[in-house]
Amino acid sequence: MSVGAPKIPVRVAEVVEVNPLIKRFRFVRRDGAPMPVFSGGAHVVIDMDDHGTRRMNPYSLMSDPADTTGYEISVRRDDAGRGGSLYLHRHVTPGMEMTLSSPVNLFPVDARARKHLMIAGGIGITPFLSQIAALTGQGGRFELHYSARSRDLAAYADGLMARHGDRVRLYLDDQGQAIDLDHLLQGQPLGTHLYVCGPKGMIGWVCKTAEAMGWPKAAVHSEEFLAPPVGLPFQVQLAASARTITVGPAQSLLEAIEASGVDAPYLCRGGACGECETDVLGCDGHLDHNDHWLTDDQKAGCQKIMPCVSRFRGNTLILDR
Amino acid sequence: MDPTLPPSIRSRPVYGVLTARPGPRHLMVADGDGAGALTEMIAGAPDAAAMLAQSHIIYMPGPTGVDLSANLRSVGVAQLHVSPSFAASLPRLQKVLADAHMGLQIYLAGTEGLIGLAMREVMQAGLPWQAVQTEHRGSTLRRVQCVHCKGITEAVRTDPFVCSHCGLNLFVRDHYSRRIAAFQGVNIDAEDPGLVPPAAERFA
Repeated sequence: MSVGAPKIPVRVAEVVEVNPLIKRFRFVRRDGAPMPVFSGGAHVVIDMDDHGTRRMNPYSLMSDPADTTGYEISVRRDDAGRGGSLYLHRHVTPGMEMTLSSPVNLFPVDARARKHLMIAGGIGITPFLSQIAALTGQGGRFELHYSARSRDLAAYADGLMARHGDRVRLYLDDQGQAIDLDHLLQGQPLGTHLYVCGPKGMIGWVCKTAEAMGWPKAAVHSEEFLAPPVGLPFQVQLAASARTITVGPAQSLLEAIEASGVDAPYLCRGGACGECETDVLGCDGHLDHNDHWLTDDQKAGCQKIMPCVSRFRGNTLILDR
Repeated sequence: MDPTLPPSIRSRPVYGVLTARPGPRHLMVADGDGAGALTEMIAGAPDAAAMLAQSHIIYMPGPTGVDLSANLRSVGVAQLHVSPSFAASLPRLQKVLADAHMGLQIYLAGTEGLIGLAMREVMQAGLPWQAVQTEHRGSTLRRVQCVHCKGITEAVRTDPFVCSHCGLNLFVRDHYSRRIAAFQGVNIDAEDPGLVPPAAERFA
């Protein structure tokens, strides 16, 4: 059960191969009504029926938030992932009917900022595309530093540079170019907010460097959706529903709970939003916390788990669900 | 918890204890007894000499006349500006904030009025209020805005008090506005004009 607004029935209007790794999908409503307006940085959860396996993965919206005729996402193919991106790349074609969640924004721009400093790595460019579209309409001051493996894989870089000129700076790994983060963070005027979206290592590097240079936490924003990691199967007792379920190796705990018919809360399904937080009533074993939500103390305390991305190893796990 | 500021509604600001944080520059704004919060923080800094070399202190006497500027002169800070009042120091504060870069650490200490007024400037410069450290010291006299005429009365001592602008009898709430840096004063005898409880000295 996702909280909030109802789901959106859509048809795939367009599938575009952006580069060898990334495809762009455009969705329009089946009933012809306008899409809800969203805010830059928002994501939707896509409901997929992958030949009997239900997949629900979050993707950032990259289209202009003011465009209510459709939503666009870009998906990077992950050959080693659980299969959501492969399904989208191989099986989703124009005309297909699918279901999206209403947009949720866990990565909005802070309207109080004097300037927005954005750092993107690879496919992490997508939330910035909608943020930049919104900021451009409002005359917001921004600067994008975009790092990609090569020119071929730097999706949307050409369009961004053509539209925004020297507000956009591209760094290509295969040219030996790298963001000079210390220098970049030193020169920012007071009131700048920093946003980073990209691989885990990049987010950690940017957040740690900013903290060491005295940037306040409230001015540093990041988004990383985690894919639920695979692992060994394990059993879980759901106390409130009085049943015992088995979580498969490529299934998340949340997916297993849902498959058993229990209506559990969720929003982002990527360890970021906190909606699915669940009380642990008994734990004889080890909780593998994979989320960004719980604090380190909470993770050590074994009283809470985020079933969208976290797993368990051991004898008995009892959840209040 | 500061014993002079008992727990209240969520809107009421709470203050902490200043701690030296890493950063390339430090800006400290204090009035009255707030000087003590600064000197104690600097004394407890991991590298006080390095911190002082990158610090700018703007100081003014408190609303009750407490002036500890002599204590600050002896700490050896790179820049110390002693001002007769907040209003007099405002152009300097605004200039410092306008020229500052991210990484600047900001510390506010002293009376609630000073902390609120300086915080307002910092917020207008675009920094989130959560990023600013504050420590309350000294007077609890309040800056109150009359919700009826919008006039602000400084250094309010009693509750209720008479609005210095429109003359209404105002009850002093803990409801606080960061945007205008003032507590809210609401007419206490609107329904029964003249029925005003005796003024109690709540703030000193």
